[in-house]
Amino acid sequence: MKKNLILTIAMVTVFAAFTSCNNSGNSNGKSGALSSNVAEKVYVAPGEYDEFYAFISGGYSGNLTVYGLPSGRMFKEIPVFSQFATSGYGYSEETKPMLNTSHGFVPWGDSHHPDISQTAGEIDGRFIFINENNTPRIAKIDLKTFETTEIIEVPNSAGNHSSSFVTENTEYVVAGTRFSVPIPQRDMPIKDYKGNFQGALSFISVAPETGNMDIKFQVLMPGFNYDLSHPGRGKSHGWFFFTTYNTEEASTLLEVNASQNDKDFIAAVNWKKIEEYVNNGGGKMMPADYAHNVYDEHTHTATSTMKKEVRVVNPVDVPGAVFFLPTPKSPHGCDVDPSGEYIVGNGKLSANLTVHSFTKMLAAIEGKKFDGEAYGIPVLKFEDVLAGSVEQPGLGPLHTEFDGQGNAYTTFFISSEVVKWKLGTWEVIDRKPTYYSVGHLTIPGGNSGKPQGKYMFAMNKITKDRYLPTGPEMEHSAQLYDISGEKMELLLDFPTHGEPHYAAAMRADLIKERSQKIYDLEDNKHPYAAKSDAETKVVRDGNVVHIYMTTIRSHFSPDNIEGIKLGDKVYFHVTNLEQDFDVPHGFAVLGQNTSELLIMPGQTKTSVWEPTKVGVWPFYCTDFCSALHQEMQGYIRVSAANASTPLKWSMGEDIE
Amino acid sequence: MKLIKHLFLIFAITAFICSCKKETSTTSTVTSTEKELPERTGQAFIEDDESTTVLSIAIGSKDHTTLVAAVQAAQLENALVNAGPLMVFAPTNEAFAALPEGTVENLLKPENKDALANILKYHVTPGNYSKDFLKKFKKLGQANNGYVKVEVVEGEPIIGGAKILASIKAGNGIVHVIDKVLLPPSK
Repeated sequence: MKKNLILTIAMVTVFAAFTSCNNSGNSNGKSGALSSNVAEKVYVAPGEYDEFYAFISGGYSGNLTVYGLPSGRMFKEIPVFSQFATSGYGYSEETKPMLNTSHGFVPWGDSHHPDISQTAGEIDGRFIFINENNTPRIAKIDLKTFETTEIIEVPNSAGNHSSSFVTENTEYVVAGTRFSVPIPQRDMPIKDYKGNFQGALSFISVAPETGNMDIKFQVLMPGFNYDLSHPGRGKSHGWFFFTTYNTEEASTLLEVNASQNDKDFIAAVNWKKIEEYVNNGGGKMMPADYAHNVYDEHTHTATSTMKKEVRVVNPVDVPGAVFFLPTPKSPHGCDVDPSGEYIVGNGKLSANLTVHSFTKMLAAIEGKKFDGEAYGIPVLKFEDVLAGSVEQPGLGPLHTEFDGQGNAYTTFFISSEVVKWKLGTWEVIDRKPTYYSVGHLTIPGGNSGKPQGKYMFAMNKITKDRYLPTGPEMEHSAQLYDISGEKMELLLDFPTHGEPHYAAAMRADLIKERSQKIYDLEDNKHPYAAKSDAETKVVRDGNVVHIYMTTIRSHFSPDNIEGIKLGDKVYFHVTNLEQDFDVPHGFAVLGQNTSELLIMPGQTKTSVWEPTKVGVWPFYCTDFCSALHQEMQGYIRVSAANASTPLKWSMGEDIE
Repeated sequence: MKLIKHLFLIFAITAFICSCKKETSTTSTVTSTEKELPERTGQAFIEDDESTTVLSIAIGSKDHTTLVAAVQAAQLENALVNAGPLMVFAPTNEAFAALPEGTVENLLKPENKDALANILKYHVTPGNYSKDFLKKFKKLGQANNGYVKVEVVEGEPIIGGAKILASIKAGNGIVHVIDKVLLPPSK
């Protein structure tokens, strides 16, 4: 057959028509003077600030990156689920507990969907939540310090994907399972999946003042895959919507077997009703095993607590709480418009967009117009809940965001574009290509009742020729569009880090005003803090040695230490005495089997060292802190296990 | 396949030069008008001498000139080069010729672009399955939102009544050469 396929010269002319030199992706084909207008739109002059923060998930980096819009400049990588040598997160003794789970210490995570806390349906910029997909967890980052301050493991869940979206007053951060599993986990044949596996939808309460997370209840749903979710808002506040696929309940070759049903479901969950049921003693506590890790900014230390039970609710026990809305072709994105009326379900193998109406859904429930049930959960009729469809706007729809002006923007993976369409009339207004194969998109204030508009950025899975090549793997590219006009205008390409899934963005002012500059040294409650040179010391307890050390520009105290022996476990507790914005000190010792520490002003951090060789080993500050940074060093002497070197330390004078 | 790659590279370079000329000549005429150029950017237009796509394979076949012309008329190039994976059922020129007289000519008219796109998308599956593997399916969900039936006759998969004559792997999927044009069931 190959002979039939050999190219012929005749094909060249056809091929030429397919090829083009102009692959620059200008938004409108303009060039020269006109394109400089585009440059002005993204130019943030030196010393000036961006208008928006964007928090972009790091995907398989496990972290969260912080960008400015419209410049596309990256400001910070916040470590969340992965060890991060840059700051010592997950390496220092204080932060190791943050990565503790019921499976032990897990050094890595797959972060997906950041979502910012809300008050009265508006983004409030206090906290940002993000889910870990692989070993199910939800993290909370405090936007005052940009530090991960809490991580809660989600039991009975697997592939924590339809997460971590918050309700309109941050009553809950919600985490749905992608993979259904045996609940409780047990040894059983995989082929018995159907009817035996279950999917947990977890409602994690968030304390109004502190933001502390606690799993209030889990709804144990049929064994489908719960893909994405969003809260109702406004009129639909009190409901939560989850897309499902694999309603076939296949356990193998899902790409064939989970695409058999014409329609899967969007699960509509009335969480207010279930909350009331639970508050009245409903549901049952079941044994579970999950870690709850909390970072205390006064002790600068995280503690990990293993929790032993969780409240579960069988949806059938709460009539009127859960319904299924049939939605075509393995829907992925599940997005709710700012008014709370429209629920958009994007069948990822579909060419159409399906939009459900909350009002029609309530009427159908009221009229008990059901089309059968699935595992006791009523299934509504597709026609009864359908608000409308956007017909063939593109190929492979994934996610939708809203501008608050009555428009929706949907990404199409296969046709690699963003399509703007109008809510209510379902007409396509504009389409712009993305480069290439777009996943999520973000509009500042996206998941809220009040999107902040102005910009939209698309996060692409494939970069190919957009930047100078960097070998087979390229950082994923994002594209920023101006959405203030009728037509979208491509402004900027910028590289992202890891794999951005979703991102959350918001106006900068709220966060900027609250941002913390230093930690108050007086308030440092770390048990091993040395708040002045006078408090420094070295204490031996058997073969454990605690070094209470301070740093200030440009020395360590103590900086000469003797009397350490092979077999000792040495803890360097380093307190940064600086009280000046953005003056951290670092610490590392030669041959240490861990990362450096980066200690913020007023903080204490601890690094453990188990020396393996006799000698005199230097340590130094790893952060260029001052003109005499290169002088910021010290020595620690390691003697043989049976040596009689006395334990002594000094700073500014010799050890005699 | 190596020979094909080499030939392909040569043609790609030739094509590149041709298209550059074309591009420069058009820009000068367009700058004076407000009208936007039709988008000819996207993954279909990346210069890449390493990997094949389902599109480049179709372009590279003398048996598929009708299909390629149709894809071009419907401006579906980018849909055929995306990450996919994509599986394209590529009817041969003979298959197109077997349609009632005038059908192809009619579909290639600009006013029938949508109808043509619908038919072409009916030949595209988001997926990447070998001929043998296709026997596991009862139906395939196609890019036009329709389904095409899969049957097994004498141990061979029959896709919407069409036989698979050959299968060629691509970087972003697979091309199955078929002996009939698949026509979407009318709504």
